[in-house]
Amino acid sequence: MSVLLETQGLTKRFGGLTAVNGVSLTVRRGEVLGLLGPNGSGKTTLMNLISGALKSSEGALLINGKDMTGSAPHRIAKAGVARTFQLVKILPSLTLEENVMVPAAFGPEGLWGRALKVQVAECLDMVGLTSRAGQQASELTYIDQKRLELARALASAPKLLLLDEWLAGLNPTELHEGIRLIRELEQTGITIIMVEHIMDAVRALCPRCAVMNSGTLIADGPTVEVLSDPHVVAAYLGEEDA
Amino acid sequence: MRYLLAIPALAALAALPMVFGDYGTGLLVGLAGYVTLVTSWAMFSGPTRYISLATVAFFGVGAYTVAVLNEVLPYPLVLLCAAGIGATMALLVGLSTLRLAGIYFVIFSFGLAELVRQLITWFEVNVTGTLGRYIFLDLEAKHIYWQLLALGAATLVLSAWIRRSRLGLALRVIGDDETVAAHSGINLARTKLVLFVVSATIITLVGAIQAPRWVYVEPSIVFNPTVSFLTVIMALLGGATRLWGPLCGAVPLFLLFEWLSARFPDHFSILLGLMFMAVVYALPDGVLAAIEKVRHRGNGTSATKPAKEASA
Repeated sequence: MSVLLETQGLTKRFGGLTAVNGVSLTVRRGEVLGLLGPNGSGKTTLMNLISGALKSSEGALLINGKDMTGSAPHRIAKAGVARTFQLVKILPSLTLEENVMVPAAFGPEGLWGRALKVQVAECLDMVGLTSRAGQQASELTYIDQKRLELARALASAPKLLLLDEWLAGLNPTELHEGIRLIRELEQTGITIIMVEHIMDAVRALCPRCAVMNSGTLIADGPTVEVLSDPHVVAAYLGEEDA
Repeated sequence: MRYLLAIPALAALAALPMVFGDYGTGLLVGLAGYVTLVTSWAMFSGPTRYISLATVAFFGVGAYTVAVLNEVLPYPLVLLCAAGIGATMALLVGLSTLRLAGIYFVIFSFGLAELVRQLITWFEVNVTGTLGRYIFLDLEAKHIYWQLLALGAATLVLSAWIRRSRLGLALRVIGDDETVAAHSGINLARTKLVLFVVSATIITLVGAIQAPRWVYVEPSIVFNPTVSFLTVIMALLGGATRLWGPLCGAVPLFLLFEWLSARFPDHFSILLGLMFMAVVYALPDGVLAAIEKVRHRGNGTSATKPAKEASA
């Protein structure tokens, strides 16, 4: 498997605070990587660095072998990286159909006309929102907004999908449904990095895990091994309980 | 079929000066001017929600270009120069300000009109030594009206085309959420800049075409901030996100203001302010949206349809 994403010593400082500190991570094509860590450990900042929402203070970002360090978010999106947001972000005044249209039209594929319609229909179908395609997105319930966000992320046919706590805030039934959806995605061969707190979901979906604590990467490997690593347990529960 | 209907409609509009007298034709000039101003303003500010008060900055520059060049160059070239100057100014202003969000952009755009006015005043007083210029062009009111009518029709066609294009979709996404737009592959800076320049160029041309009506021009006349405010309130009344919204707002308000300023010349500003507040409070999405809402309540259908129609 070839390397899709590589970060080399990626660092982000906000004034005196180092939110991400020298993170080097390699993700191969088709891998599903769980990104774990306590609150404030820098997971979302790392996702923001990879998607171009933030520019790194130091280090390099390589996507598909190409140096994209410091690139604007729209360039990274065009290179095949799609994302969802920790706080779900939909386009409220647009219809569901139009929401999904956006990355398909402006992403790496740049579809328009018939091909765009087909792609949009496929993505809405995948998340089960076909019957509501013409509705305004602001009318959706929370879980449907999450579904829509996922459909939108998929519409660009991304090489790399970044899911930032996409499963958070769902009830048990919805969670079950969410896990099923992501597993379906995995079967399409897409590469995923997911920030997640729900351990059952991590065990079920991610063969490999990376753990961050205070901005640094403290573990990276097969999920079972990582989760039993004493350093990781200590980071989550504190030294005393470990 | 609908496109074919536009030809007799335009022909009828073009024949209006033959029916009305001089006063009527003067009204038509103002009317066509404001419809075009508001339509081009809404082209950028409608979908992006960047409320620009810079309308009169470009409008005034257009008028002043004609005042300066009307004795030097043939008329079509003067218009071309005005468009070029307007576009260049919009490019520079856009590059430096379209990163500003919300209220900061509003304030900057308002300041820009004042800045341009002061710059021209300073230049005229200190360099050319004249404040005030004459425009002697052999153009009657009806000629000016025809030019504005053509520009207005072209603006509507362009606006309709943009709405169906990729560019139009990009603008609406930017208006909803710039973060999502950027992460979906939309080049924010370029998209906003293109539309800002197109919109400002049309506004500059309106100023240039209307300039001969004044005969005598000085900065305080052509950089009257009321033009910017009227443009905004007309767009809001009609609905800035709809193709025909600007027209539906500009026509009744222009006629109303014409009547008010003749009837209550001393209280015009107060009435304008009250009107502004009334529109924002009573019809936040514009009169077209309000009509649709009332109709839907009558039919008992779901509220999703207006959004679809707005995008169509």
